[in-house]
Amino acid sequence: MNVEAIKAIYFFEMARMRRTLLQSVISPVITTSLYFIVFGTAIGSRIQEVGGVSYGAFITPGLIMLTLLGQCISNGSVGIYFPKFTGTIYEILSAPVSMAEIVIGYVGAAASKGMIIGLIILATASFFVDIHIQHPVMMLVFMVLTAITFSMFGFIIGVWADNFEQLNLVPMLVVPPLTFLGGSFYSIDMLPPFWAAVSHLNPVLYLVSGFRWSFYGISDVNPLISLVMIAVFLTAGMTVLSWMFRTGYRLRK
Amino acid sequence: MFPPNLCAFMSPIVSIRNLTKTYANGFSALKGVDLDIREGEILALLGPNGAGKTTMISIICGLSTPSSGQVLVGGHDVVSEFRETRRLIGLVPQELTTDQFETVWNTVSFSRGLHGGKKNPALIERILKDLSLWDKRDNKLRELSGGMKRRVLIAKALAHEPRILFLDEPTAGVDVELRRGMWTAIDRLRATGVTVILTTHYIEEAEEMADRIAVIRGGEILLVEEKRELMQKLGRKQLHLELKTPLGTLPPALAALGLTLSEDGRQLVHEYGNGAGEGRIGQVLAAIEAEGLSLSDVSTHQSSLEDIFVSLVEARQ
Repeated sequence: MNVEAIKAIYFFEMARMRRTLLQSVISPVITTSLYFIVFGTAIGSRIQEVGGVSYGAFITPGLIMLTLLGQCISNGSVGIYFPKFTGTIYEILSAPVSMAEIVIGYVGAAASKGMIIGLIILATASFFVDIHIQHPVMMLVFMVLTAITFSMFGFIIGVWADNFEQLNLVPMLVVPPLTFLGGSFYSIDMLPPFWAAVSHLNPVLYLVSGFRWSFYGISDVNPLISLVMIAVFLTAGMTVLSWMFRTGYRLRK
Repeated sequence: MFPPNLCAFMSPIVSIRNLTKTYANGFSALKGVDLDIREGEILALLGPNGAGKTTMISIICGLSTPSSGQVLVGGHDVVSEFRETRRLIGLVPQELTTDQFETVWNTVSFSRGLHGGKKNPALIERILKDLSLWDKRDNKLRELSGGMKRRVLIAKALAHEPRILFLDEPTAGVDVELRRGMWTAIDRLRATGVTVILTTHYIEEAEEMADRIAVIRGGEILLVEEKRELMQKLGRKQLHLELKTPLGTLPPALAALGLTLSEDGRQLVHEYGNGAGEGRIGQVLAAIEAEGLSLSDVSTHQSSLEDIFVSLVEARQ
């Protein structure tokens, strides 16, 4: 195991985050604060409690997930896409590092950034609403697993993408609708039965539901099923990655 | 077992056997290349655009996978034992690809880490000083000139103390002064025992620096030869004798010696080299004297590696 290489990639990526502090940290915090002001405080005060939790507190796990998914996917994808785009990838491909080590470096950094931002948003949320975390360990488990899984998806997108448009396609066009329709702002119990059933096809539902359970003990689906689903996504990501590495897909000619 | 340095002495540091590369679109970039590179030498890889130079380097360095054949670096297979081989290799790519927002110091240190090297600020300092980059260590790469970026790429390639350095067109687009500086830097490297493989379009560069020349064309190695022997074997020399008064026809005595007359009748040309005709210059001069011709000027012309290269590549077309 080339630990030095993993460290080099990891810290290089984390340094990139420091350079773009404004964009990386402050902008998601502002965006989330706006959500809290509009949905939590302004509209939320007129909405009755959901499952015994105030609306502002109810949407907090969903908002954290929304940011976590978006950040992990975009960090994971930009991390590997950028060297591909500028050509500096030559150095990584000609270094004595295995593909697994490259992934650990990039995905580890993207997931760390996602986690940091997610926790900052949690802290921000606590200024607006009362937050109780019933299962803090499980909350972290859900967060870490989600961060790794979606950073990995990001990495896959970064390897696949040929231009910036493709790079932004998933975080801009796929993640927001899935998150909005995945029960971030409502419990799927509130939906007509047909749409409640359709919602089960949305992977984000399981993430948000499990994550919310770790806060308030309420969930749309059994938290165990949520964990299993995250494990399924993680395995799916790893399968795609290992195929990419075997074939050198879009990296090695 | 032999100590590693003795093993290296006994076998080539890079050994390429029957290497082929066919791209997905069917283009065959390498067609069975065999090449041995000796430890400590400077090998210049010459060839026209699209000859397969970069493809070959890419395979050795791990950027590209071979279709068939084998490459051993320091006795290790570049595919199955990539960790061993890539530790030995430093690569300076053709394109000036840099992380624009990084500082010189960080990007060079990053390269060392990537190759598994523990932090070694003293070494990085020496490399930067050797390449005259020490003053620029805290500058961002986008603030540097093209020539400096090129040197940063060399510093990155040297940061993990490789035994083999690949320089893919190191002086493309670099001004004359910098090019000379680059040659000096490469010369210093050779003195430390690093093997250098250089691809270049500037044949002057190969002529100046290389110990051996390999010519590649259409994915095949045309020849590999000691530079000196190549120049001797294929190099031609011409003795140009300017006449005070033009001649209408070449006197038979001079024709018998193999001299030719230029079209305007003002110049006699005696061609030699290739190990033939060297001893005849005295005879030629005596014969001219005997014909009663008087000379206004004498000059010799020696074919450069460029002429040799052009004639080689053309001959095979």
